[in-house]
Amino acid sequence: MDTTARIIDKRDLTDITKLFVVHAPLVARNAAPGEFVIVRVTETGERIPISITDFSRAEGTITLVVQEVGRTSALVCALEVGDTFLDFAGPLGQEVLLPDEGHAVLIGGGFGTGAVFPLARELRSHGVRVSSIVGARTRDLVILADLLGSESDELHVCTDDGSLGYRGFVTGRLEELLDAGAGFTHCFAVGPMPMMRAVARTTQRRGLPAMVSLDPLMVDGTGMCGGCRVSVGGKSFFACVDGPFFDAHLVDFDEADARLVTYKEQEDLACEMAGLGR
Amino acid sequence: MPIVYPHKTAMPCRDPEQRRRSWDEVAEGYTVERAIAEARRCLTCQDPVCEQGCPVNVPIRDFVRHVALGDFAGAAQVIRRRNLLPAICGRVCPVEHQCEAQCVLFPHQDPVGIGRLERFVADWERSNGTGGESAAQTLCRDEKIAIVGSGPAGLTVASDLAQLGYPVTIFEALHAFGGVLRYGIPQYRLPKEIVDADIEHLKALGVEFVRDVIIGKTVTIEQLMDEFDYSAVFVGTGAGSPIFMNIPGENLKGIYSANEFLTRVNLMHAYSFPEYDTPVRRPRRAAVIGAGDTAMDAVRCSIRLGAEEGHIVYRRSEQEKGARAEDYERARDEGVIFDWLTLPVRFLGDENGWVRGLECIRTELGEPDESGRRRPVPIPGSEFTMETDLVVIALGTNPNPLVPKTTYGLEVDRHGCIVADPQTGATSREGVYAGGDIVTGAATVILAMGAGRKAATAIHEYLQHRPQKAQAEQYRRGREEGFAWACEFATPEELRNLVDNAGEPGRDEDVDPHWRGFLAGVAEVFDDAGPV
Repeated sequence: MDTTARIIDKRDLTDITKLFVVHAPLVARNAAPGEFVIVRVTETGERIPISITDFSRAEGTITLVVQEVGRTSALVCALEVGDTFLDFAGPLGQEVLLPDEGHAVLIGGGFGTGAVFPLARELRSHGVRVSSIVGARTRDLVILADLLGSESDELHVCTDDGSLGYRGFVTGRLEELLDAGAGFTHCFAVGPMPMMRAVARTTQRRGLPAMVSLDPLMVDGTGMCGGCRVSVGGKSFFACVDGPFFDAHLVDFDEADARLVTYKEQEDLACEMAGLGR
Repeated sequence: MPIVYPHKTAMPCRDPEQRRRSWDEVAEGYTVERAIAEARRCLTCQDPVCEQGCPVNVPIRDFVRHVALGDFAGAAQVIRRRNLLPAICGRVCPVEHQCEAQCVLFPHQDPVGIGRLERFVADWERSNGTGGESAAQTLCRDEKIAIVGSGPAGLTVASDLAQLGYPVTIFEALHAFGGVLRYGIPQYRLPKEIVDADIEHLKALGVEFVRDVIIGKTVTIEQLMDEFDYSAVFVGTGAGSPIFMNIPGENLKGIYSANEFLTRVNLMHAYSFPEYDTPVRRPRRAAVIGAGDTAMDAVRCSIRLGAEEGHIVYRRSEQEKGARAEDYERARDEGVIFDWLTLPVRFLGDENGWVRGLECIRTELGEPDESGRRRPVPIPGSEFTMETDLVVIALGTNPNPLVPKTTYGLEVDRHGCIVADPQTGATSREGVYAGGDIVTGAATVILAMGAGRKAATAIHEYLQHRPQKAQAEQYRRGREEGFAWACEFATPEELRNLVDNAGEPGRDEDVDPHWRGFLAGVAEVFDDAGPV
């Protein structure tokens, strides 16, 4: 059985954010929206999870969006067309349960936009109306807006500095749309923790059901180690097998934030040694 | 009874002070002289009861006799008849509960050091380059076998079936093979070079190893059988899901499941950070909860990671501990502190979310519980706080649910263990077998190998009889259809023609069994009706 995963296309979305199309038919054949892969790029390297941005069973491809945030993601970003991943395991995680009717609002923050894209296509195929909100710090960091827009009924772009679209956070735009009577029935948000926390707060206040995709530290990604445990509604879950999508209103974001920086010192050291600025 | 030296020949070990900070193997193994001396303690019983204590029935008496005579290659051959992983078993088997517990010298004298001798023979064989049959076997059979999980159960099934000539593929979810031998058991107890050597040996037998494939996610068991053409599947996915205590503060930073802690250290080489990229917390004062083999592994790893103090915290007493005697003693020699009769009730954290302490309560032992061990009862008012900056929870594991959850019709019990026939490993799905921890819950390497051995035999049996069974089924259906056709539709002339032209039905093996059955069914009607 061939498990080779070869990069067949690579695009720079920003200076530090890359999109890869990977030929990995074995992973693509059972992939579903909301799932992720675990990759490794060197013999001494870490295993890191990466959300699946897109997949094509027909082409046998998996699309990933990766941002340089640490040593391993920098190594991934340095891969070029024709390179193969040392390890490429998946699909992992639980397929996200999507509604069959209503009006969904999808929110992507930074490179999290990559992870909401497969939901848009799937929701539309269910006959759900899709509005998307994409946010970034500034114009140059807005990514995948066109791609997500092509699978959305409406697209709203937000930048913190107002250099493109709405000036402010995605939650500001979300509130505006809700105030204007957008009639959203579901919300799915993927992005940095502060963004997902803010979306959780806003949607809870407005009574809008919301799911967020958590990205805790993982080792095996198959439910074996429990390193990725998150508290949701006072109960502990393993994000790798029970998630990564969870009810945003029940997630303990304080705990999730704290656990995310468990190895900050070591990560800083590893980046320094690799000559990466942080 | 001849006079036997009452004590086991000692196995040289590295000095505890020196090994506390080293990942090199602790026990150095027997020298040739020591091995022969120990083997000579064996009485070579006519009825070797020790062999009944071995889950894979290694011919213990015979191999020990070869060692006593200095014929180590012969000893290796004898062991390999029953056990393909002797270097591993010689190191990790709980011999004091198995073969050595049966030894007739025991309890008046020390039993023969069977585990140490097995290890000696396997190591001798490896270093003398006679590692069993190295030539690739001719794969003479057509039926492909899929093995899910490359732990001890899977490796055993693979080796047995490969030797019978089946093309075997082992699927592993992680990036390295060996299962618990790789991620669980630390380097100082089982050097990974040994696991590598055994896997290379299986590759030489023609076994295909595929990593990064999570059966149940990447490919399901149905797909393996229907689309990838595997005739039988063995599930040996282990008890991979860690049990937590569900007490307050458990998700503080610095609290690990034993699986995570050991996986980071062993599989990911976190002890070599930053040379390797995966980090692990370097403790000052470690507390490991539990007292089984895994707990001993975790606490000894914490000491090697630099802990000034490594504690075992256990709610029962020394007597009830699950760890092997040898590893318990080595942990003690390495300065591990044992807090018996101590039950953690809450984890305490600092302002940054790091664990800083363990709130515990003392216990006393009451009546035996369902496990037969005396139940720990908290003593009111005995609460106290223990300072710690690393906690490892080693209270066991549950079966990994991935395969049962994604395989239709695979029966599991209330614990989530796959229900399998203890004699054959057969599950509720035809062609799907299971063994090891996924069936029994967390147990030992050698029990998993024993289950693998039985399953391999049963799979071979199943595949040999499967064509006959399938043919019998086709014949039966043909016969029913022939009978029905003859009764309902056929005219007497048609019947006569058919029967006359078909000759003697049911003799020729080349004839399609369905057609043979059909003719037999027709003939039945014809005979009943008499000559038309």
